[in-house]
Amino acid sequence: MPAPTPFHPRSFEVCTSLSYKEWAGCYAVRRYDVYVDREYYAVRHQATAMDATPLYKYDVRGKDAAALLARVMVRGFAKFAVGRVGYVCWCDEHGKVLDDGTVTRFADDHFRVTSADPAFAWLARQARGLDVALADCSRTLAALAVQGPRSREVLRGLLGSAIDGLKFFRAMVTKLPGRTGAELVVTRTGYTGDLGYELWVANEHAVALWDALFEAGAPHGLLPMGLDALDVARVEAGFLLGGCDYTSARRALIPRQKSTPYELGFDWMVELEREPFLGQAALARAAAAGPERRFVGLEIDWEDFERIYERYGLPPHLETGTSREGVPLYRGGRQIGYATSRSWSPLLKKYMALGTVDADLAAPDNELEIDVTCEYERHRARARVRKLPFFDPQRKKA
Amino acid sequence: MKTYDAIVVGGGHNGLVCAAYLAKAGRSVLVLERRHVLGGAAVSEEIFPGFTFSVCSYVVSLLRPWIIRELELPRFGLEMIPLEASFLPLPDGDSLCRWSDPELTRKEVSRFSPKDAEALGEFALAMSKVGRFAKPVIDSPAPDPGSLHPAKLVELLRLGRHFSQAPGDELELRLKLFSMSAVDFLDEWFESPVLKAPMSVSGIIGTMLGVRSPGTAYVLLHHYMGEIDGAFRSWGFSKGGTGGVSNAIANAARHFGAEIRTQGTVKQILIEGGAARGIVLENGDELRARTVVSGCDPRRTFLGLVGKQHLPDEFAADIARYKYRGSSGKVNLALDRMPEFTCRPGNGPHLRGDIAIAPSIDYLERAYDDAKYGDFSARPYLNVVIPSTVDPSVAPPGKHVMSCFVQYAPYHIKEGPEHWPARREAFGEAVIDTLQEYVPDIRGIILHKQVLTPWDLEQEFGLSEGNIFHGELTLEQLAFLRPAAGWARYRTPVANLWLAGSGAHPGGGIMGAPGALCAREMLASGAGR
Repeated sequence: MPAPTPFHPRSFEVCTSLSYKEWAGCYAVRRYDVYVDREYYAVRHQATAMDATPLYKYDVRGKDAAALLARVMVRGFAKFAVGRVGYVCWCDEHGKVLDDGTVTRFADDHFRVTSADPAFAWLARQARGLDVALADCSRTLAALAVQGPRSREVLRGLLGSAIDGLKFFRAMVTKLPGRTGAELVVTRTGYTGDLGYELWVANEHAVALWDALFEAGAPHGLLPMGLDALDVARVEAGFLLGGCDYTSARRALIPRQKSTPYELGFDWMVELEREPFLGQAALARAAAAGPERRFVGLEIDWEDFERIYERYGLPPHLETGTSREGVPLYRGGRQIGYATSRSWSPLLKKYMALGTVDADLAAPDNELEIDVTCEYERHRARARVRKLPFFDPQRKKA
Repeated sequence: MKTYDAIVVGGGHNGLVCAAYLAKAGRSVLVLERRHVLGGAAVSEEIFPGFTFSVCSYVVSLLRPWIIRELELPRFGLEMIPLEASFLPLPDGDSLCRWSDPELTRKEVSRFSPKDAEALGEFALAMSKVGRFAKPVIDSPAPDPGSLHPAKLVELLRLGRHFSQAPGDELELRLKLFSMSAVDFLDEWFESPVLKAPMSVSGIIGTMLGVRSPGTAYVLLHHYMGEIDGAFRSWGFSKGGTGGVSNAIANAARHFGAEIRTQGTVKQILIEGGAARGIVLENGDELRARTVVSGCDPRRTFLGLVGKQHLPDEFAADIARYKYRGSSGKVNLALDRMPEFTCRPGNGPHLRGDIAIAPSIDYLERAYDDAKYGDFSARPYLNVVIPSTVDPSVAPPGKHVMSCFVQYAPYHIKEGPEHWPARREAFGEAVIDTLQEYVPDIRGIILHKQVLTPWDLEQEFGLSEGNIFHGELTLEQLAFLRPAAGWARYRTPVANLWLAGSGAHPGGGIMGAPGALCAREMLASGAGR
């Protein structure tokens, strides 16, 4: 049975839909209301708070903390500045992606890693012979993602003007206002592609954080947000999701299910020329050979889509939210890839998809076809490769 | 001197849509707007510091998805936020809220009538089926029944077949929709007056008719056409007010190369040899163009900017007869905090949609009675929205803007329309008195008030007789009869002069269809080249 997160006493009160799913062993709200649009629009126009506690979190401390991360991650963390946060993936010795997450440096000898899958044993295995202490704070540290164009105003209400100095992908350590004075970490990160922050606090202060945040957020229209709205926002932002858009090498049953960082569009984060790290040799070979397939954004031609429905006398129909059912992609009658996440973007008024296609077809504006099922019959609609992200507001980094 | 391919008179949303399409096709286009701000009646203005009002039109209804797509409006700043609910506070302390979630709505309605709660689903399905018939009608130029052109005849035949080949029950529904009053039509489906009253009002908005007047039922369809678009629905608030739509269209038009000038008052359309050759500005400057497009209403265009002497007598008579009879006004309020409704206290999702003051059919009919005899309603129908609940960009944190659409406010008051300014204050008070019955502390939280009478809508926004739709959307003024028989396809009896505003098919609302269809006809005919 899933466990409640430390925010549960508060989130349960407002989750009128009782719509939950399991996330890393925890209860996670899918949508607070039956009607999901409210949460989606709030993250794009107002501000939302989402319980992100189920993420796995590990503290890495000690003289060799940087050395461990340099050894494990595809990015070099040896010279990573204190106060920075980095998005990164890590690979097995064959250069196949295991997971992706963030790394925050709090001090020369203190980092924190977040991941979608458990990574403690794996990190511990790589730490042999190094002077590091690993601590699993996955279930002792609560996390709340505050996202949306008004998120800065909300946090200014909570923390004062200190928040104004926090730049994109930077961290600050402060105190939760009030009697407890508990340590509160704020990172300017998120999974929505919007202006946003993530707040990290020990479990016992989670409810106090929730209460203070919603009080500060009331004049700015702060709403709690669940995973369904997040799933649309992250597709707009072009963020892939492990287990949906790619399979971790740890979970793959056959080789073709595994991916290199190059296939996932993580080229920019792989730093080959440095101290040895896991998968380095394999990645060097993969980089030289070039990927066979690539992760891309797709825009499905709406007129085509509408026409398919018209043949049945039906108006076009899409479920709200993101569909994670994989569908084939074609070109010239041959299957050349698959789409793994599909959403209607209420903001961009586009039917978007994330998928993987043969590398030679991955250039923007290439025309492909996507499988569309209507009345249990299969059709094809045109789809064009699009540059990611679909949505990239200036405020995200401003 | 430069000769433009087209000069568009009026920077309302339809004029801008038309300009954008023409520019996209490579035509040189100049848009001239009289006011300092673009948008016409789809306009946002900071009337009180920090508070942005959707001054006139306040929700985006049926903005055509294909226009959004073809002009890439999201890329140029269009952001829409759907209305979540329709809230009906009642004077006895009860209330009804209709939600986007049908189950929740069913629960609310069943408190008043379990039968109606079930009928709602059937009604929505039936209306959606009929709405599907109406959709192609608003997305293409009106067929011309008088035309002998083979292509036009085929078009008409197709539409006729589309109409008559419907299953019997759908055909019956269509005929009833086009002939009955909103109330009679709803009576066939529902028993609870609490449900019927707010539903019936969509039939009267912008017309000088009552909910019991025949011919008001079909407008109910509009609501279900919005629903067809489902996830792509086009009912909603526009971020930054309805001016956000106009600005996005203007940005698109500029991107495609159109030139847009505000404070460019057109005095007249230049007619030489029976054809439009350009315009004359108020300061006397002449600007030449191969075509002139008017986004203004038919009266302003033909009897004002063109002049009767340039029109065939019959057409001039038709235009003079065309009915405006503005029947509504607008009260915009800047509020110090969220208004508290007695029947549902607190801030909640019920305030994130539209709020109707329409407690009963008799109330609405009585409101109409006042108007029939030349007065504004002592207790008017109000359609209230508080867009700041979902769009914080329009008010300072914690403060709100409240927009009240008010009907009836007949242009032709018994003292004569020019006496409206003297009655403006009393009109505003009637609206606030009405609100006070549901929000007792309303007077205490008003920071600023803007009252627009139909006279103001005419004088300031150029809407003849204050009609928000450029002429009533009654059946005899629709489709191939809008604005006059034989002239429904955006052409006019004056060569090179085109009509792109809401006075052309398919009519008013922030649809954009008249502007886009006008441009399409112009381009198809090679106009301006």
